[in-house]
Amino acid sequence: MSLMLQTFSSVKDANAALQAAGTRYLGGGTLMVRAANEGDVSVSSLIRVTDPGLSQIAVSGGKVRLGASVTMAAIARHPELAALAPAARAVGGPAIRNMATVGGNLFAPAPYGDFAVALLALDATVVTEDGELPVEAFLADRNTSRVIVTSVRFSLPKAESFRFLKVSRVKPKGVSVLSIAALLELASDGAVTSARIALGCMADRPMRALAAEKALLGCKLTPREIASALAAASEGIAPITDPIASAWYRAEVLPVHLGRLLLD
Amino acid sequence: MAKVPVQFTLNGSEKAEFVESSTTLLHALRDKIGDTSPKGGCHQGTCGACSVIIDGELRLSCLTLAETCGGADIRTTAGLAESGVLHPLQRAFLDAFATQCGFCTPGMIMAAKVLLDRTPNPSREDVVEALSGNICRCTGYEPIIQAVLAAARANSQNAA
Repeated sequence: MSLMLQTFSSVKDANAALQAAGTRYLGGGTLMVRAANEGDVSVSSLIRVTDPGLSQIAVSGGKVRLGASVTMAAIARHPELAALAPAARAVGGPAIRNMATVGGNLFAPAPYGDFAVALLALDATVVTEDGELPVEAFLADRNTSRVIVTSVRFSLPKAESFRFLKVSRVKPKGVSVLSIAALLELASDGAVTSARIALGCMADRPMRALAAEKALLGCKLTPREIASALAAASEGIAPITDPIASAWYRAEVLPVHLGRLLLD
Repeated sequence: MAKVPVQFTLNGSEKAEFVESSTTLLHALRDKIGDTSPKGGCHQGTCGACSVIIDGELRLSCLTLAETCGGADIRTTAGLAESGVLHPLQRAFLDAFATQCGFCTPGMIMAAKVLLDRTPNPSREDVVEALSGNICRCTGYEPIIQAVLAAARANSQNAA
């Protein structure tokens, strides 16, 4: 294995070096070193940035900023990010969570990337030196992205309005059959006034369940009223097939688990 | 490929090595320094056999490049016994028959050590969660869980 590692103190210098062919950014190593270990010869050079600002978490006035190098473990133990802890804890085991980063999760291919599913439901903003992008647009173009993610920003959800579910076969930790994140606002009578639902493993990257979101509006969270939203959840999905589950199985169980999440 | 110098502390001893950029910490520890207690299982971050403690946190040495460990404090299972006396976790693993083939054991013990360092009296659920990134194909896990709980009890009795 022939691989060069370049270390930079600033994102600006690293972005310039990242333009060279065969160069990728090294975050926690759970994606890139793994690829190198598996013999991925498309990567000849790795770049990392030691700027401590990339590892900072800032929470103020209901707004959250997570540096791209913030780990899943740091999110899971942060007292003000309790609403996000289930999504952060869904990633890997303890050692992986000490390494895997927010920035890296945005690039993790299905069946990985459970935290990015949560970020998609939260309508996070992805920040780079080139500017800011909604996470949905960022995910769509991530394969051609050549600029280092420096942070993600989003509004901290109220604990009762944010729901997250990861389904895996091995307990307590396993690779995702699927994951679902939902941001729901309810009126005083219990009717849904806004819904944003993100799905993991239903494509090669996190995707929104747009038809289900629309069908939920005005519904109360009862089995009868959410039925049309559950039926609509499968619209536009193209689940992955891997050793954990087939695309057919994932599509079959999606409405079941979405129903459980909504009725919980 | 040019080699770069890296210095870190391994189980309290200063170590200095020249490594290639692509050298993982697992490879540096086992094949250059000679600490074979971390095991190379999957090299994908799935099995946990290579788990070590870096600056107090559990990490996977197979997914950590050695070059990024400059100045780090690295702990492995090889450094646990003191003057030939086994660490309480090692003792408990023997007593509870928590080791069969032994390949997962050093990773399990590192994961358990991080848990007990922070949570001296863990619940069974705490232990299961702490070991959830470590795979064992022999024991069925139950003896390992019992060993960690027994080590915690032994520690609290010694402290009392």
